[in-house]
Amino acid sequence: MRILILGAGRVGSGLAEMLVQERNDITVVDTSAELLSELQERFDLRTVQGTATNLEVLQAAGIEDTDILIAVTTHDEVNLVACQLAHRCFNVPQRIARVRSAQWMQHPELLTPEGFAVDVAISPEGTVTDYLKKLIEIPEALQVLEFAHGRVGLLAVRADVGSPMVSHPIKDLRQHLPDIDSRVVAIFRKGKAILPDGDTFIEAGDEVFFLAAAEHIRRVTQELHQMDKPVRRVMIVGGGNVGRRLAQAISDDVLSKIIEGNAARCEKLAQDLNGKALVLHGDATDETLLEEENVASMDLFLALTNDDENNIMSALLAKRLGARRVLALINRKAYAELMEGGEIDIALTPSHTTLGELLRYVRRGDIAAVHTLRRGAAEVLEMVVHGDAKTSKVVGRRIENIELPKGTSIGAIVRGQAEASEVLMAHHDTVIARDDHLIVFVTNRKMIPKVEKLFQVSAGFF
Amino acid sequence: MKSTASSFRVVLNILSLLVSLFGLTFSLPLAFACFGPDPAFDAFFKAALITLSVGLVGLMTTRVSSRDLKPRDGFLLAALVWLVLATFAGLPIWFYLPELRFSQAFFEGISALTTTGATVLSGLDAMPRSILLWRSFLQWLGGMGIIILAVAILPLLGVGGMQLFKAEISGPSKDNKLTPRITETAQGLWGIYLLFSLLCFFAYWLAGMDWFDALVHMGSTVSIGGLSSHDASIGYFNSPLIEMVAIVFMVLSGVNFAIHFSAMRRMSGRPYRDCPEARYYLMTLVFGVFFVTFVLWLRGVYPSFFEALRVSAFNVVSIVTTTGYATQDYAQWPHFVPWLMMFLCAFATSSGSTGGGIKMIRLVIMVKLAYREFLRIIHPRVVQPVQLGSSAVASSVVFAVLAYMLAYGATVMVTTFLLLLSGMNDITAVSAALACVNNLGPGLNEVGPAGNYASLTSFQLWVLSFAMLLGRLELLTVLVILVPAFWRK
Repeated sequence: MRILILGAGRVGSGLAEMLVQERNDITVVDTSAELLSELQERFDLRTVQGTATNLEVLQAAGIEDTDILIAVTTHDEVNLVACQLAHRCFNVPQRIARVRSAQWMQHPELLTPEGFAVDVAISPEGTVTDYLKKLIEIPEALQVLEFAHGRVGLLAVRADVGSPMVSHPIKDLRQHLPDIDSRVVAIFRKGKAILPDGDTFIEAGDEVFFLAAAEHIRRVTQELHQMDKPVRRVMIVGGGNVGRRLAQAISDDVLSKIIEGNAARCEKLAQDLNGKALVLHGDATDETLLEEENVASMDLFLALTNDDENNIMSALLAKRLGARRVLALINRKAYAELMEGGEIDIALTPSHTTLGELLRYVRRGDIAAVHTLRRGAAEVLEMVVHGDAKTSKVVGRRIENIELPKGTSIGAIVRGQAEASEVLMAHHDTVIARDDHLIVFVTNRKMIPKVEKLFQVSAGFF
Repeated sequence: MKSTASSFRVVLNILSLLVSLFGLTFSLPLAFACFGPDPAFDAFFKAALITLSVGLVGLMTTRVSSRDLKPRDGFLLAALVWLVLATFAGLPIWFYLPELRFSQAFFEGISALTTTGATVLSGLDAMPRSILLWRSFLQWLGGMGIIILAVAILPLLGVGGMQLFKAEISGPSKDNKLTPRITETAQGLWGIYLLFSLLCFFAYWLAGMDWFDALVHMGSTVSIGGLSSHDASIGYFNSPLIEMVAIVFMVLSGVNFAIHFSAMRRMSGRPYRDCPEARYYLMTLVFGVFFVTFVLWLRGVYPSFFEALRVSAFNVVSIVTTTGYATQDYAQWPHFVPWLMMFLCAFATSSGSTGGGIKMIRLVIMVKLAYREFLRIIHPRVVQPVQLGSSAVASSVVFAVLAYMLAYGATVMVTTFLLLLSGMNDITAVSAALACVNNLGPGLNEVGPAGNYASLTSFQLWVLSFAMLLGRLELLTVLVILVPAFWRK
């Protein structure tokens, strides 16, 4: 597939890295020659230096033959105009734009082909906010992903000592919770993926991924992790877009304090939040401020500034001062891997949460949702099955008869339309029907093309 | 010095113009007096002649090339307009009732023009109709004057409360020149005032008043004045329907007219819901009515709950909106009740309405400021703007409100002490000071709903007249004139 990426920032280069590995033709456009040469050295792709809204630059980048345009520059305006140009002048079939400002999401009519012609608008801040919000709703989870419009949840939980399922084989889960159907799809032990079967033992410290219907998530979680108190107090560092939106979104159930270093932004923030959160002006690495604001009684401490080092330091400090759980937004992959699982409970790399959203449109086949896990090492896809027993390698077969690539498993099946759909956990004898949504867990991303191929409807029978 | 003198000349010129126009409005009671045998005809004729000639002489001697007014001359003009017009407004009453002192006539005039509704007259039922109509008309005119004041003059001080809704009424042309906006805005607001007046008149008429009573009470209801054509006030009619009509229009007139304006332009109730001031105003009224109802009912003043509700609804709304009608001698109720009513009336009404007092918006700002300061003690680094709705109140406005509150407290205190010094008893003094500064009308004790201001000495009447003027012009507009810096170049 020929993909044109505008913007070689964090999201742009992260995306390029992923897509190149899947053997796509990638062209990246950016104004910074430095960023581009760095990219070109590392990956097999083409780069064009110039302004993303310049027709000549776009032509030089081969926009005429492009299948997908992904505009992820830092400016909403550039992204929107680029999509419009791609549609009007070059007829690019699919156009994806990142927009930061919430107004575009609130007025989708502006993004129609008559407007800015954006097929898909993605908002990294919105995605990260949703992600954090779910973590606050389910405090035991490391990550919460939703499929089939929220009907099915995939949770990552760290198994802790003394929980009912620890030192038990997975098949015991059925005995512990006889009325609940859930499925453990993967276990990461010391950073390595294990594709579990019924006899795999769960050990303390394992990162366990399981699928369950939304209403059962809590009870399954309790089997793996002791019940935490619900999150009632949070401290947020950084009053940017994410901090503000998060405080707004959780204000009904949670008391939040926001620490922001910029006085003018504090004023604006306090005005926007209008009493929904306590806005404090100060430096979050200042321990007197943290103590004064009683960081020790916080259920969750979130460091959400743009500065990795600052986030890491303030999260470490908060943990030392007694915050129950701390989360840091860390953009650099190396830092994130270094920190996660240590003092910092959750290290979140925002560009990776965004990637999942973008990947959905880049993948071949009918994909309803994609999420990346563990900073892109693993992936979960919600695939829609088409065709019939003759044309598809999946439809009409029992799961045990499907030739899944190595390191891949089918976790659950959502059958039926929207409201009337039912959630089935995958068992070896479950038969796949057409139009099922399959939730496929891929522990090794290299297998993605094989998975895509498996689900393709073959035309050979006509 | 020369420019001060010439701008003073402009002020005098405009004042003369207004006096002349005011002289013309005497034709209304005069025409009215022509129809029936009316003993006050001569008094009005004399007053009209004097007013017109003073106005015309003033116009001729102060001829100016242009009537451009500097903002701060506006304060002087506003104070002078109310003072001078009150003088002329009192004239026919003074001429007609020879036993009346001039201070009493002036008091009656300024009480009507400031929509206070305090009166020195009794035996209203036997009074010539032209006099009764005149008093009501003065209040109605005063109500109109307050609207122009709120739109044009108070925003300059940063205290009107109106500037908070500037964006609301004037749309995107926020920083345009003042004049076109003021005229347009004032016209819009007057339109609503006239509409309410018409509706109120017909509602009273349909509810059973004769057309004359309906006219008189319309004038004193929409202006939140409270002068009646009967000694027993609205109690004379003893009709729940009339009381209901009065309640509706008193409540409406206590809301910022700018909110009515935008509600009508958008044809929706949203502006009322979005306006924090209107919300708190209504909450205060509802709280007051029910609280008083329960006190009256449980204390056994009225054995029936519904009887208690009826008298409480009318009298509480009337006092708290600073109108000043009464159906009962509420001074006889348990002391808690009249004092609660006096307390609530000090702040309940909205800025930009015809009501008096501190205005709800200032109280809201003060409460939020106080809360912010408490919060700051607990969290020294907190950032918490004083916020109304979704927008922060500029700190200059907060300071202006603080200054206003100080001035308000000082005015009430000084007035009270002057009255006490003159030998008035304490309850009368405190309640009269509050009733006049808040432009309410009736106080308690001697000046309560059963009595009036007739027994007061001239000194006391002058003090209270000044208090009414101060209250009506939102204190700072008048007090600023008394600051020496105002007169310096």
